[in-house]
Amino acid sequence: MSHIAIRAERVGKSYIVGHNIAAADGNNSLREALTNGVRNFARKTRDTFAGRPVVQGDKVEEFWALKDVSFEIRQGDRVGLIGRNGAGKSTLLKLLSRISEPTTGSISITGRVASLLEVGTGFHPELTGRENVFLNGAILGMSKAEIAKKFDEIVDFAGVERFLDTPVKRYSSGMYVRLAFAVAAHLEPEILIVDEVLAVGDAQFQKKCMGKMESVGHEGRTVIFVSHSMPSITSLCDRAILLESGQVVLDGTPSAAILQYYKSNIDTPGSVNFSASHVGDHLVRLLSASVADHAGKPMLETALADSFTVSMDYEVLEASALPLAPNFHFMTASGDCVFVSVAEAARVLPPGTYTATCEVPGYLLNEGAYFVGLAMSSFEDGVNVHFYEKNALSFNVADPMAADATRGGWVGAMPGVVRPKLKWTVTPASN
Amino acid sequence: MIAAEPSRHATQVIAPGLADKHYWRDIWRYRGLFIVLAWRDLSVRYKQTIVGLAWALLQPLLTMIVFTIVFSKLAKLPTDGTTPYALMVYAGMLPWLLISSSLVGTANSVINNANLVSKVYFPRLIVPVSSLVVSIVDFMVGFIVLVALMLWYGVVPNWHVVALPLFLIMAILVSIGPGLWAASLNVKYRDFRYIIPFFVQFGLYASPIGFSSSIVPEKWRLLYSLNPAVSVIDGFRWALLGSPSPYLPGLWISCGVILLFLWVGLYQFRKMEKNFADLI
Repeated sequence: MSHIAIRAERVGKSYIVGHNIAAADGNNSLREALTNGVRNFARKTRDTFAGRPVVQGDKVEEFWALKDVSFEIRQGDRVGLIGRNGAGKSTLLKLLSRISEPTTGSISITGRVASLLEVGTGFHPELTGRENVFLNGAILGMSKAEIAKKFDEIVDFAGVERFLDTPVKRYSSGMYVRLAFAVAAHLEPEILIVDEVLAVGDAQFQKKCMGKMESVGHEGRTVIFVSHSMPSITSLCDRAILLESGQVVLDGTPSAAILQYYKSNIDTPGSVNFSASHVGDHLVRLLSASVADHAGKPMLETALADSFTVSMDYEVLEASALPLAPNFHFMTASGDCVFVSVAEAARVLPPGTYTATCEVPGYLLNEGAYFVGLAMSSFEDGVNVHFYEKNALSFNVADPMAADATRGGWVGAMPGVVRPKLKWTVTPASN
Repeated sequence: MIAAEPSRHATQVIAPGLADKHYWRDIWRYRGLFIVLAWRDLSVRYKQTIVGLAWALLQPLLTMIVFTIVFSKLAKLPTDGTTPYALMVYAGMLPWLLISSSLVGTANSVINNANLVSKVYFPRLIVPVSSLVVSIVDFMVGFIVLVALMLWYGVVPNWHVVALPLFLIMAILVSIGPGLWAASLNVKYRDFRYIIPFFVQFGLYASPIGFSSSIVPEKWRLLYSLNPAVSVIDGFRWALLGSPSPYLPGLWISCGVILLFLWVGLYQFRKMEKNFADLI
């Protein structure tokens, strides 16, 4: 039985924020500017003597970034923190890593904590790569002997041997983050707190980082991980906490938390409009896309048995002889490809707007969260990818536990990516 | 590997206003960071400069020449006994530069390390204290020049020189108190960024650097010693050049002022350091 590594009890954190109402109103006569200035000065002076922080603006307000947050994390748990921007994830990490103090409540932590809220904290541009490894290591809490022991491993991981004695200000941004992550990846704390630092480097290096993170998790360390990348959360964590406006909304399995997250959020939607972002090339441009139920209504969640459609609108900008083939890439929340579907009838289209729709039958995908990548390709004249928007859409497949749910009475989670309804027969053996 | 063995660490409780009972032990645990930060400040200090460390010599030497011309040649102020005027100025300039550069260094240390303070936990006291090291190294470089000057002028110190380390410690302590106080307030009110250099400028003339403190009338000596730099500078000259001994009641007053500031500075710093990350 593992003991409790972190216990948070009714933790709250408030900040004082200022609003500049006069500026927002657009009243900017000299007289008003002067009276506001005097009033601001008087308030700042008052605050100074009362020991309150000085806030810009003419009206101050208390803002609770976290409120009544309670949870327990056992040693060896790998917990993902998810939520929208401003939900309080980073604030919670700051409290857990003792960078700032909670306003209310208490947190007890057992074990040595290392927090990675940023890649390359304390890197000094004038120092060489070698010197920065020691500097950054010490800042993250490693002893000099520990760093010296792992130095070769760190350099090897980052792949910057040739530039070890160059000041890091001459590094490319890729080399810089690789070196920074490499130091962090060789920390060996009991509790590791990580904030979105994995989104660095090229795809190959990201994969390396994820692999490293997974092995850290499997060594029995407690990991708390904040990310907006749901695939990373599902592959790294065995538990997830969903925060919304500073409060814990759900604390459970990653898939349950991700499901809830998508249900309550519009920013990772069942439909996207691309008209402002110019996705595509000179030939064809992506306009919008959506997931809809069988009645054509946009949706975020479908039942296991129901069919649904994925469609995208695109504009052909130029006449050409290339037959365009729209295709959709269905991915699981952990980033594995379920299948790719390409429109069979690739056609040469005159300029104009078109809608490509793909119908996905019921009893195909298992319950869980899925992502759809939108692509347009052509295969004559070599393979051309005109656009590919990875994980642009997302939706959930829910299992309402209907009688025909292919469960045979089992009420737990059904493993697997697909949930086909297959024909079974059970007959007395004939012999 | 740490694996799933039970933790050797005691449970740490984080709650508002709760004093950290392991604070001083934590500082000792983070001594490695102290060394690394001091080393970083040192190695970065003279990067991409042409004369490098020589800057630590040029500043006191040039000031010495100017002060000697202004105070001795133009204002015709007397020196201490038979000590050459330039040497007397230099021996006062050196501790003053230590005091002023540590004061400016500590006062700005926390905001200069804002990126660290807002992203990693460590006992914050490490930052201002490690910033002192740069000033101390500059002092040592300047001290070598002092020794050379004394050889040049043929001034040999008497037994008083054994007290020099005490006055050196005193010089460092003079700046820590106000430095910590300003460093913590600087996080909240950036006004201190402008106040401190002004204060240092003022102190350059309020301390007996370009002149001997013996020209201050006897009845003002006690009041004058409220500036602890006075006793430190007098002490340096006494220990090295055989100048008259520091005014004793003044020395005690200076020590009292130093301790008071030390307490105020530490108190303010400890009170505010937990919220540095929110305020910075």
